[in-house]
Amino acid sequence: MIANLAFYLFSFILLASAVMVVTSRNPVHAVLFLILGFVNAAVLFLLTGAEFLAFILAIVYVGAVAVIFLFVVMMLDVDFVKLNEGFQRYAPVGALVALIMFIELVFIAGNWAIAPAGSADRMFPTPEHLTSSVALGSLIYTSYLPLFQLSGMVLLVAMIGAIVLTHRDRQRSLHQNLAAQHARTPEQTLAMVPAKLGEGASLPPKQTQKETL
Amino acid sequence: MLIPLSHYLVVSAMLLVIGIFGIFMNRKNIIVIMMSIELILLAANLNFVAFSGALHDMVGQVFTMFVLTVAAAESAIGLAILVIYFRNRGSIEVEDVTLMKG
Repeated sequence: MIANLAFYLFSFILLASAVMVVTSRNPVHAVLFLILGFVNAAVLFLLTGAEFLAFILAIVYVGAVAVIFLFVVMMLDVDFVKLNEGFQRYAPVGALVALIMFIELVFIAGNWAIAPAGSADRMFPTPEHLTSSVALGSLIYTSYLPLFQLSGMVLLVAMIGAIVLTHRDRQRSLHQNLAAQHARTPEQTLAMVPAKLGEGASLPPKQTQKETL
Repeated sequence: MLIPLSHYLVVSAMLLVIGIFGIFMNRKNIIVIMMSIELILLAANLNFVAFSGALHDMVGQVFTMFVLTVAAAESAIGLAILVIYFRNRGSIEVEDVTLMKG
């Protein structure tokens, strides 16, 4: 079966790239392997018939999230060699925890069954004659409209939060400071110099007050 | 569905375990920790989609979309916090971050 072969191939690449994300020394390589893993996960989504989510995964994760990661990794000037110091020290503990957790998950996955009458409890059975995109769209714009709007609000809050957090007022930039402008008095900037006949005027010593535009 | 559900479950369990292992491995490097969290959320999404396909229920896919949204928001905010932290302190050592407790 081609589908089975594709599943094994892409899930193998997905798991291998996940391992490389976790273990690679250079975080730029880790981000690139993360992108590879997301693309392969999108193919696994396609194999289950969730094609809309597969493209969303490719667009949102590969196009946005992974690029943010790449951007931050390249922008921050971090000594990554120093950050990777405790690698060998933590590896045995991590491997132990991971192994125990995997064994537990396999026990769970091997010992359950869907109730025979469970198919009657489905909330919205997949329509047979519609594609996944149409079925998903007709669901999120009707029954799940409030939640869909709320998830949009979550994205809006995240966007505004990221902008507010990272925005900083550069002191060098030439912004207009209205309060300082209006508080200026003629005495601060203007000096009357009486000029004697035939000698000319000598300038008074400059005021040390910092000019604010 | 062509592929049995248990195959998907094993793949997503392995993905989750790799993500947890990554958090343990890279305890000092917060960028890799966030990437491991993305892997864990991806494992959850894979489970949702696999069950949605196996049970022929659309709600799993709807929920996967919400998980994707929250994951994207989480990584954006987390990386913004990371950037301002680096700007203020000049390092991203996780052990120094405990100073933020005040």
